[in-house]
Amino acid sequence: MKIVVLVKQVPDSGAERTLTDENTVERASANNVINEMDEYALEEALRLQEAHGGEVTVLTMGPERATESIRKALSMGPDGAVHVLDASLAGTDAVGTSKVLAEALKRLSPDLVLCGAESTDAGGQVMPHMLAERLGVAALTGARKLTVDGNQLTIERQTEEGYEVVTAAGPAVVSVWDTINEPRYPSFKGIMAAKKKPVETLPLADLGISPEQVGWAGALTTVVSHSKRPPRSAGVKVTDEGDGGTKLVEFLTSEKFV
Amino acid sequence: MAEVLVVIEVSAADGGAVKKVSLEMLTMARALGSPSAVVFGEADTAKLGEFGAEKVYQSGGEIGEYLVAPKASVLAQLVKEVQPAAVLLGSTQEGKEIAGRLAVKLENGVLTDVSALDADGTATQVVFAGSTIVKSAVKGGIPIVTVRPNSLTPTPSPASATVSPVSYELTEGDKLAKVVERVAESKGARPELTEASVVVSGGRGVGSAEHFKLVEELADLLGGAVGASRAATDSGFYPHAFQVGQTGKTVSPQLYIALGISGAIQHRAGMQTSKTIVAVNKDAEAPIFELADFGVVGDLFQVVPQAAEEIRRRH
Repeated sequence: MKIVVLVKQVPDSGAERTLTDENTVERASANNVINEMDEYALEEALRLQEAHGGEVTVLTMGPERATESIRKALSMGPDGAVHVLDASLAGTDAVGTSKVLAEALKRLSPDLVLCGAESTDAGGQVMPHMLAERLGVAALTGARKLTVDGNQLTIERQTEEGYEVVTAAGPAVVSVWDTINEPRYPSFKGIMAAKKKPVETLPLADLGISPEQVGWAGALTTVVSHSKRPPRSAGVKVTDEGDGGTKLVEFLTSEKFV
Repeated sequence: MAEVLVVIEVSAADGGAVKKVSLEMLTMARALGSPSAVVFGEADTAKLGEFGAEKVYQSGGEIGEYLVAPKASVLAQLVKEVQPAAVLLGSTQEGKEIAGRLAVKLENGVLTDVSALDADGTATQVVFAGSTIVKSAVKGGIPIVTVRPNSLTPTPSPASATVSPVSYELTEGDKLAKVVERVAESKGARPELTEASVVVSGGRGVGSAEHFKLVEELADLLGGAVGASRAATDSGFYPHAFQVGQTGKTVSPQLYIALGISGAIQHRAGMQTSKTIVAVNKDAEAPIFELADFGVVGDLFQVVPQAAEEIRRRH
């Protein structure tokens, strides 16, 4: 079974994040990490490989510094990686990204594409279905459980009202939530091995996409402006002296919630 | 006036009632054109008319047997036919998924988690855990946007709600992902987390699954939904479906009450845009107090029962 895991490098969501003067995500000064949900996709891929054999490849689109995240991903155990790297990709929006990743996936022709259900920076949850649409394959999204039986893939996904069981024949794109497994920590051996694993760099030209189709030029959305949201100011803080609950309700009453 | 397509969501758990986010979108759509509801399956047409839907495009049949793909196909066909000014969907898992597919089908930009939409199509998004406001627009095509629940107050504006059936023949490509089972898990009479006007959440400080009854009790007294921090769901105190935060739901209720939640950024990301925030925590230094309009430093096992008793007394 040939599995490709999509890995996105994002600014650490635990630290302060900003936009640049060009209204793009500030990545140069940020502490950049693997999008958390993608680690669960990596783990799921490695478990499938352990059970069914085959190979696991990491696919990333991003600037030069995304190499750090690729090595980090490889230290968990995948066999190799492909890095779509091209100066003209700066400013690419979601629709453009799906075009690039879909072309890269066509070259790799995997049986299964795994990814996180959403990224912590954009949080759009659109990519898996965009890719499935372009590739003409099924998308099984938001999995909290994945079972593979031969070519048949079945997921369980949480919905607003309960859960759904959805099934499709491969190849397919499957996105996962953090409820699906517990990602492994890279071992020392894994970290050492990752340094020697093959990382293929793919320029846009190799994907048959011209620079005007991506980046600022090709983007179908534009950020007009951004501003800092005024921080919430702390209000009243009381220490409970046996009447904390009553005071809380007095506040709720004054705000007409009770 | 150009039509604005609004994809309607209904709640299966609530007897097929039109979800509040759909009424919010019908309200929002009026600034851009004439609202047309798009219904997959059944919806209360009178309700849609009450909130401004001039037309109701209705399609059904096999569509619900497959995951989102056929809905995006129907929508793409409608966009080509009616040339709308914009397409609005709920910023829910399904809404975003349909929007993503539609954007690719039409090679058109898509904006997610939008909280306001100007008449010229400029969208407002609150990003990075509520810290940054972004104004964005779709270039060239029409705005395809997903709207965050609780972004505005729905207001009635009676319209005709003329039903227009949509005929669509499913393709093989629409049928790739089949929904084989749908399981409804009862959450009683409580409102849905993302739509609720009041959310009461518990964190690590609640201490156990059993003690979450305290959180539920307060939520029920206020007619609210129950949420939980990641620490609480990871500890198994409460089901993951109710997690509020970066890796869970984003909520923006009128009132958010955080019980035993320290307020790590992971949690703040999911609730920071709530209108009024109340916190109860033993630790006076907990970062949640930096956000709270009203905070009680104290033991939630003393404060919450007393508050519950006081609410009952006042009712």
